[in-house]
Amino acid sequence: MIAAIAVAVAQVIVVGAGAPLLVGVLRTLKARLVGRRGPSPWQPYADLRKLLAKEVVVSTTTSWIFRATPYVLAATMLVASLIVPVFLARPPLAFPGDVILLMYLFLLGTFFLALAGLDAGSAFGGMGSSREVAVAALAEPTIIVAVFALAMRAETIDLARVVERFSREPLLAANPAHLLAFAAFFIVMLAETGRLPVDNPATHLELTMIHEAMVLEYSGRYLALVEWASAMKLCLFMTLLANLFFPWGAGGLTGPAAIPLGVLVLAGKLVLLVIALAVLETTVAKLRLFRVPELLAGSFALAILSVMAVVLV
Amino acid sequence: MARLAYGLAALVAVGAAALGLHGMFGGAFTLRVGWLVPLGGLQLTLDPLAGFFLLVIAVGVAPASVYAIGSAGGARRGLGAYLVFVVSMCLVPLAANMMTFAIAWELMSLASYLLVLHERESRESLRAGWVYAVMTHAGLACLLAGMMLLGAWTGSSEFADWRAAAPGLGGGARSVAFVLLALGFAGKAGVIPLHVWLPLAHPAAPSHVSALMSGVMIKLGVYGLLRASFDWLGAGPPWWGVAVLIVGAVSSVIGVLYALVEHDLKKLLAFHSIENIGIILIGIGAGLLYQGAGLEALALLGVVAALYHTLNHAAFKALLFLGAGAVVHATGTRNIEEMGGLIKRMPWTAACFLVGSAAISALPPLNGFVSEWLTFLALLQNTHLARPSLSLAFALGIAGLALTGGLAMACFVKAFGITFLALPRSEAAARAHEAPPSMRIAMVLLAVTCVALGLGPTWVVPALATVAGALLGNTTPVAFGDWLTLRVSDGFATGSALAIAAALGVALVALPLGLRVAGASRRRRAYETWGCGRIGQTARMEYTATAFANPFKRVFDFLYRPTKKLDIDFHPESRFFVERIEYENPTRSIFDDWLYRPVLDGLSGVARAARAIQSGSANLYLAYILAVLLIMLVLA
Amino acid sequence: MLRQLWTALRTGIVTEPPARVSDLERVGERLAAEITRAFGRSLHIRQVDAGSPNCCEIEISGLTGPHYDLERFGLHFVASPRHADCLLVTGPVTRNMAEPLRRTWEATPDPKLVIAVGDCGRDGGLFRGSYAVAGGVADVIPVDAVIPGCPPSPAALLAGLLDAIRRRR
Repeated sequence: MIAAIAVAVAQVIVVGAGAPLLVGVLRTLKARLVGRRGPSPWQPYADLRKLLAKEVVVSTTTSWIFRATPYVLAATMLVASLIVPVFLARPPLAFPGDVILLMYLFLLGTFFLALAGLDAGSAFGGMGSSREVAVAALAEPTIIVAVFALAMRAETIDLARVVERFSREPLLAANPAHLLAFAAFFIVMLAETGRLPVDNPATHLELTMIHEAMVLEYSGRYLALVEWASAMKLCLFMTLLANLFFPWGAGGLTGPAAIPLGVLVLAGKLVLLVIALAVLETTVAKLRLFRVPELLAGSFALAILSVMAVVLV
Repeated sequence: MARLAYGLAALVAVGAAALGLHGMFGGAFTLRVGWLVPLGGLQLTLDPLAGFFLLVIAVGVAPASVYAIGSAGGARRGLGAYLVFVVSMCLVPLAANMMTFAIAWELMSLASYLLVLHERESRESLRAGWVYAVMTHAGLACLLAGMMLLGAWTGSSEFADWRAAAPGLGGGARSVAFVLLALGFAGKAGVIPLHVWLPLAHPAAPSHVSALMSGVMIKLGVYGLLRASFDWLGAGPPWWGVAVLIVGAVSSVIGVLYALVEHDLKKLLAFHSIENIGIILIGIGAGLLYQGAGLEALALLGVVAALYHTLNHAAFKALLFLGAGAVVHATGTRNIEEMGGLIKRMPWTAACFLVGSAAISALPPLNGFVSEWLTFLALLQNTHLARPSLSLAFALGIAGLALTGGLAMACFVKAFGITFLALPRSEAAARAHEAPPSMRIAMVLLAVTCVALGLGPTWVVPALATVAGALLGNTTPVAFGDWLTLRVSDGFATGSALAIAAALGVALVALPLGLRVAGASRRRRAYETWGCGRIGQTARMEYTATAFANPFKRVFDFLYRPTKKLDIDFHPESRFFVERIEYENPTRSIFDDWLYRPVLDGLSGVARAARAIQSGSANLYLAYILAVLLIMLVLA
Repeated sequence: MLRQLWTALRTGIVTEPPARVSDLERVGERLAAEITRAFGRSLHIRQVDAGSPNCCEIEISGLTGPHYDLERFGLHFVASPRHADCLLVTGPVTRNMAEPLRRTWEATPDPKLVIAVGDCGRDGGLFRGSYAVAGGVADVIPVDAVIPGCPPSPAALLAGLLDAIRRRR
């Protein structure tokens, strides 16, 4: 029992502590790709530490929703990191949920963040909320149908068992459905975590913002929590992508060396994904907002094709 | 007098709850009073399904009646109709023969019709009542036709006899009966495209009645559908299930899409009822398909998901309507564009409405999530059907349900955010006041119910499984894990609402503590909202509900078909100065335009043609009679 | 897309090599060290245009390009004063912008720095005495440092930022 709790805590720590580094590496890589030296990969930690030391300025228009949201958001991500298989296929506290729970936990965070965006009564916040929920709502069917394609072959939607099954029978993954589902999931990850071409995380122009517009009102420790939570969301999505579609390493490890080894394997997979993301983000432009639904519809078509591939192949 | 009557209704509800629980756990009785009702006498039977629906009715009626004590004050209008409404709703699931059922059903419809006409001075109410009366009676006609056919074929008007004789009927006969009964019940449930009365009638009634109509009455349509398809007719061909599944998916998506662009708070909630009925039908459709294929455990899962969502929807929809009623009571308007900032003036109502919003958006750890999760699990296991062609129907159901979940979340961000947050958008909203205690008690009761149903699926699901098992005639019990973890279909998925809630709770406590340990600054300063340094902030700078819904309007414009009307009055001296701008961007209903309009036009066309033979001359009419007699003689 | 990527990889990092602009590099290094001490190697800047003729803005935007690349020192431009540690105010403060500037300052959480940029920001510069101008930045909000120049070069801006942080200590 104690070991189980220790592993669970380790998992939360890996995600919570590793997420800013992931974002830092991504930013450094993107800077290098456009010929800049760029910030150090450790920059996000410095940003968070500084934010924690600052005071908080809260709008007089806001209610308790605005003040509670950063905590709710960070809490949902921490709980989500208990559910995702991070370095072990079967985290000891994995019983509470599956991928559907995970997606609805993310929706819980989005729900509160969107309310907080409306709470200050600023037009920017409302605009961000409206766009964020639109993207989140349209991304939802793709996720679930892509998961359905995986579940059809793994015969379970329990994340741990999917990872175990695929690492035990690698041939299951040798299916066009796997690739299609991966592509669909990857596009949804871009939309859900506010990356290019859906949202530009580095934009300073309020009118083009989605995620950033909602958090314009946050400062100090609240902003730190919100930024940390969105880093964790990116990290969780990438981990999920890495372990669901390339489960090698995460599934088979046992013994005392499993955790450090698992973390290393995960780090390797994440670095590959981060490189892919950085290359993508430097080579594509942001889509017009009203073109985004077309992208998401495209990802949904990929997911449906993936289901059909499972049925037909 | 009024207080006494509403108190009595609440007592009836408590009695119904007790009776319902008794029935769910195996208690059964049959009551016959032969002389009371013609054609077979009054006959009431309690079985697990009836018991469950009595419980659903009680979950809605008890808080709504407590709420009415505060909201209706001493007003006597509609008291009698309310009592009749409550009692007749309780009788519907208990009815055990055709006549008892038809009378209880019609009493319920008539009483609710009177309640819809509560404000009979307004044209809007009159129209709502008229549409409701027409739709509900068209549904009744279908129902009676279906029931009479069944009665004629089986030679009995008692439901128990149908159960025994129906499997022996031919496939075509059973399908005809199914279609007629399903149409009748779907009309009452508000399934698309028979939903048109719902967004008109529910807002017109007083809020405690809206809560009952939306939370409870339409569930009796679900009851009828369950009773007809699983109990009276037995397992049918796959297309029954496919039809119910697809209709459910379409209802859920279109219902929530219409809700998104609706800014009348009570109409918005009424459209969400259509959505939730759709989700329930998805579960029932999956259950029908699995039942037809002989997959008992999966059929049970589908029906359990549908029953769970029925109970949940009764709780959170009643809660939301009561909350909306409190808001409308305080601001005097149903238009959310004129609300805002109410969370500061109505903290209790706001907190309860937030719980309801999160629950209906299926956010963990509340009850809506549990039932949608179960529905997903029922859908995702369709590979056991071994008919790949059906997988696509299921995939559409899955996608529809997922899209519904996301859109419902978006819609309730709008409903809660625009109504309760930011600055008040009108004088009335700025002067709003908190609801009186009895209304608050009712809302808190329902909010607690939502939380309890969300945390306790490990107790609720086995209870529902016994109800569903009795309905499906299952012999083997299905295991659902232990008190902490719900294990569905031998580990296809596991979930523990309690563990998730506990983890969220721990994280919410640990985060502020962690920040303090990390030495985070605790200073906080209040200052105005950042608006690029502009001077003064008014409600006119806020995002409106229309603007909030605009991305959806653009994405789904093939459904909304928005029309744009821009009217600008320029200054007479120069076109660069605008005196007044009027902008309208309404959506049109494709069902009104493409379904009801042609049907109604056709009907009135036929009626106009028939007028040609109505001259008013007695001689001509005598000639008609003679002609008909002659024709009948020839035919005979 | 591939061509773009190829260009990026072939070009390499164009952020100025230390040999060529050694002075700038030295300033930057010292700046980074100072920021580390005062703000933990993270300084988020909100640029406020209080009525500037935009020459300073052009120089400031040069800071974010590949050549000067101020992000490598832990500096970053942000979209809201709520996120900022430092207000970089340009221009003579026009009468209409005086109140918005004051509100921006109020909206920025403590601890915060205010740096007036350019000769106009110092005292109104070319526009001093105009009926439309309220004065320099210091006439409206407390200023921690001034970066003179018309306009100051990006290198001077970096040096000025360093100066501001040092003086604050």
